[in-house]
Amino acid sequence: MSVPPPLEPRRASPWALWLPLILFAGFLALVIHGLTRPGSTEVESAMVGKPLPAFALEPAVFDRPGLATADFKVGKPRLLNIFASWCVPCAIEAPQLESLRREGVAIDGIAIRDRREDVAAFLARNGNPFARIGKDDVSAVQLALGSSGVPESFVIDGKGVIRYQHIGVIRAEDLPLIREKLEEAQ
Amino acid sequence: MIAELGLAALWLAASLAALQLLAGALAVAGKGGDMAGLVRPAAVVQGLLALMSFAALILLFARTDLSVLLVATNSHSAKPLVFKIAGAWGNHEGSMLLWVTVMGLAGGFVALIDRRLPERTMLATLAAQAFVSLGFYGFLLMSSNPFARLDPAAAEGAGLNPLLQDIGLAFHPPTLYLGYVGLSVAFSFAVGALITREVGPLFARAMRPWVLGAWIFLTLGITAGSYWAYYELGWGGWWFWDPVENASLMPWLAATALLHSVSVLASRDALRTWTVMLGVVAFSMSMIGTFLVRSGILTSVHAFAVDPERGAFILVLLAIYIGGALVLFGLNAASISEGKRFSVVSREGALVVNNVMLSAILGVVLFGTLYPLVTEAFDTRVSVGPPYFNPVSAVFFVPMALVLMAGPLLRWRQDNAGRLGRPLIIAALAMMAALLAFVLLGGGGTLALIGFVLAGGLAAASVMPLKGRNLRRTPLAVWGMVVAHFGVAVALAGMACESAFSVEKLVAVRIGESVVVGPWRVVLRGVEPVAGPNWTALEADMTASYQDSATVAVRPQARSFWSPPQQTSEAALVTHRFGQLYAVLGEAAEGGRWQLRLWWKPFVTLIWLGGLLIALGGLLALTSRVAFDMRRGFARRRIVMRREDTGR
Repeated sequence: MSVPPPLEPRRASPWALWLPLILFAGFLALVIHGLTRPGSTEVESAMVGKPLPAFALEPAVFDRPGLATADFKVGKPRLLNIFASWCVPCAIEAPQLESLRREGVAIDGIAIRDRREDVAAFLARNGNPFARIGKDDVSAVQLALGSSGVPESFVIDGKGVIRYQHIGVIRAEDLPLIREKLEEAQ
Repeated sequence: MIAELGLAALWLAASLAALQLLAGALAVAGKGGDMAGLVRPAAVVQGLLALMSFAALILLFARTDLSVLLVATNSHSAKPLVFKIAGAWGNHEGSMLLWVTVMGLAGGFVALIDRRLPERTMLATLAAQAFVSLGFYGFLLMSSNPFARLDPAAAEGAGLNPLLQDIGLAFHPPTLYLGYVGLSVAFSFAVGALITREVGPLFARAMRPWVLGAWIFLTLGITAGSYWAYYELGWGGWWFWDPVENASLMPWLAATALLHSVSVLASRDALRTWTVMLGVVAFSMSMIGTFLVRSGILTSVHAFAVDPERGAFILVLLAIYIGGALVLFGLNAASISEGKRFSVVSREGALVVNNVMLSAILGVVLFGTLYPLVTEAFDTRVSVGPPYFNPVSAVFFVPMALVLMAGPLLRWRQDNAGRLGRPLIIAALAMMAALLAFVLLGGGGTLALIGFVLAGGLAAASVMPLKGRNLRRTPLAVWGMVVAHFGVAVALAGMACESAFSVEKLVAVRIGESVVVGPWRVVLRGVEPVAGPNWTALEADMTASYQDSATVAVRPQARSFWSPPQQTSEAALVTHRFGQLYAVLGEAAEGGRWQLRLWWKPFVTLIWLGGLLIALGGLLALTSRVAFDMRRGFARRRIVMRREDTGR
């Protein structure tokens, strides 16, 4: 058996030695941008003011019905929450959803790329504030809604029109804003 | 008085660090004259003063001195003593003080004992160490004084986050800190070597014990943290790819790569530039991790540690240290002379594969952790979870595990792949056996299957370096390698089993009813209120029996703390030979029912057993290296003394 020839360890060209610094500078730019962003999470979304896209989703759990566009055209505003059992921040926002539910807000959910047993476990752990939960296995409805991440929440008025889009976790300090948007959608 | 003494000691320590930096820098530049002699003593005294300051803080917490702001905001007189003491570092200021203390002590230790490095590199290393410490001293003294007084003193303390009132807290963060600080020493060595451009086996041997020590602590810290999250958060999971978990995993990945490349440098004088780079990267990851946790820039289950302003301060330190080191790298790395060459099929070749794959996984984790920030810059918020991390890191882990089976059997410099035929056939057989077992046991999940099969192959391959050796004469370092690699197989098997064979039950049962979970029958006998020193709880009185054998008591609690008011669920665990039964008490449901969450997790304990084995392997290797260095040190000192005697 022949012995392979020794590797020729080439000298890294001088510019390659600066590559780590360039990457690090990119990291710094990123986090400085993240830190200096205004604290407001209110984002004007292109979907606000438009009607919900048409969809009809299968139930994500056995003890709640699925979700369809028609379910929103009931004359009262509803909160639509997009979540997933594998999403850690979704668990963080659960207490806020629960307190909204207790105030009488009707909340529906869409579980993204999830399995029934995982959703059930997630709801058992974190509470189940949802009246209906649809199952979106390929993010089709999520994308149609103009949402690309979880968690995300929409205020939908009684005619099925999107009134507000909240991107990211609903923190305790976001609650007044959500309540206000629900009020406006009356 | 104690608080003022602590603060004075901290100021003195900071000024000694400044002296150490100044004298060291002048000496390296060749201008200091006799200043060089100051560097080592300054490092030692600085460490001792920092220790004094930290001891003062512990004393204040042990006594619950409520005239100190930090104690009043983070402690409570009703807390058990051990948590009072742990409270000293369970907050921002205290943990930073712990950081500089350990860093100061480590620097003092290097100054006291290390005589291997060329003196100039040593001075540059100590100056770099002082420079890093100085930033943290500044941070403490300018913006986070742990000894600030509260006037008038509080009548009672505000308490400590109840999630943190756990014995795990007493060990998990300090363990990680010891690891981070160990990497700061490795960083200082790397910077020292970059300044003087003297990189070689001597440098690697001086750096190696620090990397090994840091790596052991990081391994233990991650293992303990994972177990803490598993039983304290009550979610039944053991790893969530949470930003903070990633923050502790990334330095570990870098340190693991560094550990292997520093071995190549020490034994074969190859991979010089790469090792120096990894030394910088490993500490960068520690700093970035600390920053991500403290700044609150990412949403995390560890949100209790958040403060954006302090995050900004850490970011500035990060920019100075890491940016500075990388500039130095860009300027000087090209003039570090080339190391020895080796062929593809060789121990070095396998270790290069290990390094590349570990770095790739590090990149995957870093990218996934930062990705939400990237998209946020474009006004889109996303959360990255296991669907990304698990498969993508597996892509790089699988080839690494396969090379790991062969690597330790290869010879240095160059080898003949044909020589490995038999051991590899044995490993392949072990993998087939694992595959068969997995299918017969009815496991599911692609990743679990891959993990299980690799675990089988690794377990068999990891002990093969012992073949043909006299076990009693096998060097400890070889034992260390074997034990650590075997630990990887054990942990991997645990992860695969947990994912493939776990049984979960969510039920609402009445008192007296029973539930079957896998091989267990669990009976709810009652739910009663209980009280602890600073909490009250509802406790479920349950019994469990494994396949109708004798029953054991299971008592999960839903605890309410009153200071501050907060609820936690205390899971009850029953550890059995074949796994763990995990029980959580939920809320009361209608009709006198109670929600119970029960899991049967076969062989889940192997995950943490594997982690401990990996750390034990590191400990064996460290013992062997330190013993070797000490013997050598004594021998050399004797030679020096003899030379002095003969008047040379």
